[in-house]
Amino acid sequence: MSLVPTSIRDRGSYLLFLIPGGLLLLAVILVPFGMNIGISFTEWSGAGTPEWIGLDNYTRLMGDGTFWASFRHNVGLVVAMAVLPTLAGLVIAAALFDFIGKHFGARHAAVLRACVYLPQVLPIAVAGIVWSWILAPQDGALNEVLRAVGLDSLAQNWLGDPDLALWTVMGVLLWIQVGYPVVIFMAGMQRVDPSLHEAAELDGASWWGRFFHVTVPQIRPEIFVVLLTCTIAALKVFAPIYVLTRGGPGGSTNVPSYYSFQNFFEKTQVGYGAAIATVLTVLILVLTTVFLRVQNRGER
Amino acid sequence: MRRHAVLWSMILLAAVMLVPFVIVALNAVKTPAEYSTGGPLDLPSGISLEGIIAFWERVDFGEKLWNSVVISGSVAVLAVVVSVFNAYALGIGRVRGRLWILVVFLIANTLPQEALVYPLYFLANEVGLYDTKLAVIIIFTVIQAAFGTYLLTSTLGGFPRELLEAARIDGANKWQTLVRIVVPISRPTLGVLFVFFFIWTWNEFFLPLVLLISNENQTVPVALGVLQGQRMMDATMTSASALLGVIPAIVFFLIFQRALTRGITAGAVK
Repeated sequence: MSLVPTSIRDRGSYLLFLIPGGLLLLAVILVPFGMNIGISFTEWSGAGTPEWIGLDNYTRLMGDGTFWASFRHNVGLVVAMAVLPTLAGLVIAAALFDFIGKHFGARHAAVLRACVYLPQVLPIAVAGIVWSWILAPQDGALNEVLRAVGLDSLAQNWLGDPDLALWTVMGVLLWIQVGYPVVIFMAGMQRVDPSLHEAAELDGASWWGRFFHVTVPQIRPEIFVVLLTCTIAALKVFAPIYVLTRGGPGGSTNVPSYYSFQNFFEKTQVGYGAAIATVLTVLILVLTTVFLRVQNRGER
Repeated sequence: MRRHAVLWSMILLAAVMLVPFVIVALNAVKTPAEYSTGGPLDLPSGISLEGIIAFWERVDFGEKLWNSVVISGSVAVLAVVVSVFNAYALGIGRVRGRLWILVVFLIANTLPQEALVYPLYFLANEVGLYDTKLAVIIIFTVIQAAFGTYLLTSTLGGFPRELLEAARIDGANKWQTLVRIVVPISRPTLGVLFVFFFIWTWNEFFLPLVLLISNENQTVPVALGVLQGQRMMDATMTSASALLGVIPAIVFFLIFQRALTRGITAGAVK
């Protein structure tokens, strides 16, 4: 009985199982992605024949203020959806796991965690509707609250003021996002060997000392995963912008994904929209590669 | 002393997170007249279903719910099946070049939908699937399965070899081994994937917005988002619409909380 030929024959028939998934991937993702890159080298209104213009769309992008502004806004969204939720999530998760869980019981910690996580299960479009109504300038709940407690001067046109709209959107996204790191970090903290904490405590480390020197280093893999997935999510943000501001007022909350959507379906500059989408894709792929590299190095 | 300070600050945080839900629920059960005299903060004097019924009838919400259930349910089932096939070949079959194939699936999973939307819109038009639920089902089956393949491959990579060997000795072919051994044993993971795919697809907005243009095909988030954009609803109807959008999410959350927490953990630590 020779084992080698069997295993080679085995591989052949296992390949059959990859065919449906492979064909679907080709038809729905790989070919369309290739087409998108192709379209980005053309001028095309969506009807008729695309006209080849080489790199013109990309040179135009370089000088397009709206494009650059949309990326600047996106940096704000990365802060609101990746950086702040990770920082806040670490503190909240440690407080819930280490403090509430230990002194008041795991059940209390689980209920509080569920409250913080709840916005995550909402369709983002629905979260947008909830907030655009709460933030309405005239009879919105937030301004009503401010007036009710005598802070009339703080009542604002939250989403209608070009200087304020991006900050407001960032606040809404922080509310949506913060539950995700909390849940993941709490799961990670269960993995940490309790004796590390005990040893640190015996050495006289304060709660913050243990937080920085035991908890944070121990759950580094989770922190990486959260930072990467949240950053990518922030770069892809579309629905909150569509529902809350439509990129306005005056383009002050426009982001690349919404800008490409506008070019595709409102301005019918399909080639230009495809170029924006391609740049966004390259950025996301580069970021993913860099993150995975750093993560791998950290694990070694 | 300090313990209670931490406890209270966490309770305060939880309350802040929940306030929007409470405000929405309060105003969804007010009459428009009540709203215009008392504003959004007064407690409702009774439970009026006026706004909810008006909104339900206006958008034919039952139809939107059904569309969402059909699309999310089909995608969840199909994407689990496709993920299992792929992961069977990659994780257990260890076909040649599996690392590169996995990388392709991973890239497919990270691509922004903006980079696919116009070709998909164009191709759907070409094959006559534009504005059909089928188009959305096929597309999201592939997108979700890309993630599922990635996750399941690493799970199945650790599948006990003795079981596979035993099945082979008993004369089972690859198909029988998959259906009778691998799938039943992996059921918990497949369940978590199903839940994830269902909720993720339910919450999708961008591609359904572009592909489902007619009213009778729209999903709940798309119908709500489009109506919101038209700014033609009064305040109580808006909060009624938000409440109706929130309720299914909370129902899933309560039903699936266990599976969700377990699944998130499985996804976080590869």
